[in-house]
Amino acid sequence: MSTYAQKKGFGATVWDYLTTVDHKKIAVLYLIAGGFFFVVGGLEAMFIRIQLAVPNSDFVSAGLYNQILTMHGTTMIFLAAMPLLFGFMNAIMPLQIGARDVAFPFINALGFWLFFFGGVFLNLSWFLGGAPDAGWTSYASLSLASEGHGIDFYLLGLQISGAGTLMGGINFLVTIINMRAPGMTYMRMPLFTWTTFVASALILFAFPPLTVGIFLLMFDRLFGSNFFVTAAGGNTIIWEHLFWIFGHPEVYILVLPAFGIFSEIIPVFSRKRLFGYSSMVFATVLIGFLGFMVWAHHMFTVGLGPIANAIFAVATMAIAVPTGIKIFNWLFTMWGGSIKFTTPMHYAVAFIPSFLMGGVTGVMLASAAADYQYHDTYFVVAHFHYVIVGGVVFAILAGTTFYWPKMFGTMLNETLGKITFWLFFIGFHLTFFIQHFLGLWGMPRRIFTFLEGQGLETGNFVSTVGAFFMAAATVVLVINIIITTVKNERVGNDPWGDGRTLEWAIPSPPPFYNFKQLPLVRGLDPLWIEKMEGKKGMTPAEPLGDIHMPNASFIPFVISFGLFVAAFGAMYRLDYGWGLPVLIIGLAITFGSMFLRSVKDDHGFHIHKEELIDEDDNKGVKA
Amino acid sequence: MKKLAKWRLFSLLALMALILSGCGKPYLSTLQPAGEVAQRQYDLMQLSTIIMVGVIAVVTIIFLIVVFRFKRKDEQIPKQVEGSHKLEIIWTVIPILLLLVLAVPTVIETFRLADVSAMDEVNEDGKTDALVINVRANLYWWEFEYPNEEIVTSQELVVPTDQRVYFNLKASDVKHSFWIPSVGGKMDTNTDNINKFWLKFDSKGAEKANELFYGKCAELCGPSHALMDFKVRAVPSDEFDQWVASMQGIEEPIQPETALAQEGQELFNQSCIGCHAITPNNASPEAARVAPNLTDFGDRAYVAGILENNEENIKKWLADPETLKPGNKMSKTYGELTPEQIDALTAYLMELKVQE
Repeated sequence: MSTYAQKKGFGATVWDYLTTVDHKKIAVLYLIAGGFFFVVGGLEAMFIRIQLAVPNSDFVSAGLYNQILTMHGTTMIFLAAMPLLFGFMNAIMPLQIGARDVAFPFINALGFWLFFFGGVFLNLSWFLGGAPDAGWTSYASLSLASEGHGIDFYLLGLQISGAGTLMGGINFLVTIINMRAPGMTYMRMPLFTWTTFVASALILFAFPPLTVGIFLLMFDRLFGSNFFVTAAGGNTIIWEHLFWIFGHPEVYILVLPAFGIFSEIIPVFSRKRLFGYSSMVFATVLIGFLGFMVWAHHMFTVGLGPIANAIFAVATMAIAVPTGIKIFNWLFTMWGGSIKFTTPMHYAVAFIPSFLMGGVTGVMLASAAADYQYHDTYFVVAHFHYVIVGGVVFAILAGTTFYWPKMFGTMLNETLGKITFWLFFIGFHLTFFIQHFLGLWGMPRRIFTFLEGQGLETGNFVSTVGAFFMAAATVVLVINIIITTVKNERVGNDPWGDGRTLEWAIPSPPPFYNFKQLPLVRGLDPLWIEKMEGKKGMTPAEPLGDIHMPNASFIPFVISFGLFVAAFGAMYRLDYGWGLPVLIIGLAITFGSMFLRSVKDDHGFHIHKEELIDEDDNKGVKA
Repeated sequence: MKKLAKWRLFSLLALMALILSGCGKPYLSTLQPAGEVAQRQYDLMQLSTIIMVGVIAVVTIIFLIVVFRFKRKDEQIPKQVEGSHKLEIIWTVIPILLLLVLAVPTVIETFRLADVSAMDEVNEDGKTDALVINVRANLYWWEFEYPNEEIVTSQELVVPTDQRVYFNLKASDVKHSFWIPSVGGKMDTNTDNINKFWLKFDSKGAEKANELFYGKCAELCGPSHALMDFKVRAVPSDEFDQWVASMQGIEEPIQPETALAQEGQELFNQSCIGCHAITPNNASPEAARVAPNLTDFGDRAYVAGILENNEENIKKWLADPETLKPGNKMSKTYGELTPEQIDALTAYLMELKVQE
């Protein structure tokens, strides 16, 4: 262990994380913040299910229910699922391509802090007069009619955190294009890196429409414009288009990295290379491309006409083909393999049929004429939870157990992990399977209560019971994390024993510079290749030399904080005199710190060759 | 893993059983279609479900073999297979063919359900031969205007069975969505434009549903979105014609008979009439029709679309609409009513009947 990892005081640790530009520490920040919002969103889900357990319930009021459902969706998508996946991308992707950090470490930190302050801002709405209540889709006629500042919190919060996400996406793109280790060609990149790459490209093209839409709605609400005011010649359907041009690719932004995580786990625990690697890559790119061609399937009932509906129906069905390719490739990776059922592998195996269910209902929904029945019912709720929980959340839970040793140097308890899995798996199907039928029986989504005598009682009760299983699973996971952290039993480079890719060739957790010498990549699954040839680790691609590293910086935090302040000013400008000055002060903080960053030369520092050699010696002594 | 497999099998069986039994209520469920549109959509659902269950079956078989046969037994390293072009082609081409089987009827039905050409065929009077109904969605209530018949009603849509009924759909405040699950899929009522579609109400289905279908708002529209229900009375066409005739016969407000109801009428005319019309005439502009038309209130099966129409529920509604339908536009438009006033108004409202 080096001097860099010596025990530090609590304050020093906090300062370290506030100023860090190290992708691994930023990953931890994403994981903590994303995990926190995941719990918040989960609590909101529990309130929803408790309210709907029995007909005519008055557990929460009608208006409050709409706030809860809006915040559940918004939190889970923007503040939980994406940041958690960003956490894994940050932690693992640079290691997988043999890089010492991402291309722009400073921007990486800025992206995190923007997301964090945006998320905090959005959630402060609970304490400042009420949360947004127009659904995560925030359709314009309703969101313009919504009283109070709830929708403003939504707009400003998402605008800030969305900027962070966009930066993150661009950063990953540049990193993957420019920073691959010698020999790491595109067609040797692990699937998780590939999916990160495609998801980042989707972010690059999908977030600007959302940004534009949010700006227009924000101008309407805060500055008196009329983009979506029908009476003044505006058009609310435009909002729906802008939202879904973002919203549909967003689904793939979430689910592609999930595919990536499973594409790493399945080969490792099957001890077999990924079946049909090149067709997997091709399918990923194709899904990403088609993902932009299908947004109007969320709008089949809007009245776009049969031509548009038919085109979008057929385009949507087409996505099933590359997705099907993936399912079969995963199955045939396991076929003939030697499968070890660890906790991550449990999730990966369970993911296949669970996600398949969400996929096939997706094809059913694509059938436009039939969708008129499914649209905005619990059938849709069931469908997207099968995709997002059965796909993305399973992947996040799998990734957490799989990459925990790499990120923190300790193994999560396998028994507790399996208990979490079974509770979550049973709870998931119990909650959402019946919802398909609730929808078909005539239950619209987003209703705060249902009346007796409509045949919806049993189904809703079953669904609520399932939700409690998932809550219990989450509690066990938290206990597991605490126990593991307290025990602190350190593990080696390749704790699962069958690691195939570069991240398993370096210590857990890796030193802050990742690779002392950049590795030479000789094919797909580079570590596996070396192992099969009886070598212990990677062959270096360069002689031991000085390593150039970036300096830590507090500026990303300040830039983001400025926008956080400015958002309050913008929102309260019309209500209070202090609004405008606060808006100006906030922007001044942001632009001032950006200016400071621009004029201050920061060349980073070098780790000298001698220190790296010393470290080796120290290790030898300690071991 | 055995448990997992059983679970999958169980859910599959449950899916089949539920589909075969066609669950749900006949007046609400999409699985008990009571009209041509719902039937066509149900057929599409069945077709897609059969294809998808087939896909699930194939995947499940491979899945079960993989999970049971290839569990790790020794520390041998399995053969590293790159892939197989033959297999890749198979699982690319077969899904494409399956999708074509679904895509063709989907496109045909999408066009068929959008065919509203009958709405454009105007006869010499400037009216359509087809029955057209203008639906206007408002924060938590529905207005149904029959432009050819020149009458307006609210909350309870009256339609003839076994003929196509055409709808013009729009919203007057925020976006809603018009949905009668057992009769056909929904269409949004936008604030920007008028949407058109058609439905057909099956007489057999109507019988099963006791002539009363449930209608719902399917687009989040505010606190009482969940309670923005309406009802559809689907009656044989002669009965429908009778209803139209008796509605058209109401040129002056219906005169109540009992003394209590007359007292109620007076109260009504002092305040409620500012928003609620009690004649079915559609001459007044939409902007003036700010609350449900109550001409045939006494004939309706439900109060506010959600409570059974009886004395007790009318009183409950008049005394405190806010609790029953949070955020509705009627609350706080009038002062506290005394129990006597509520009794009188209730008696009056119950006498607003156009049919015997």
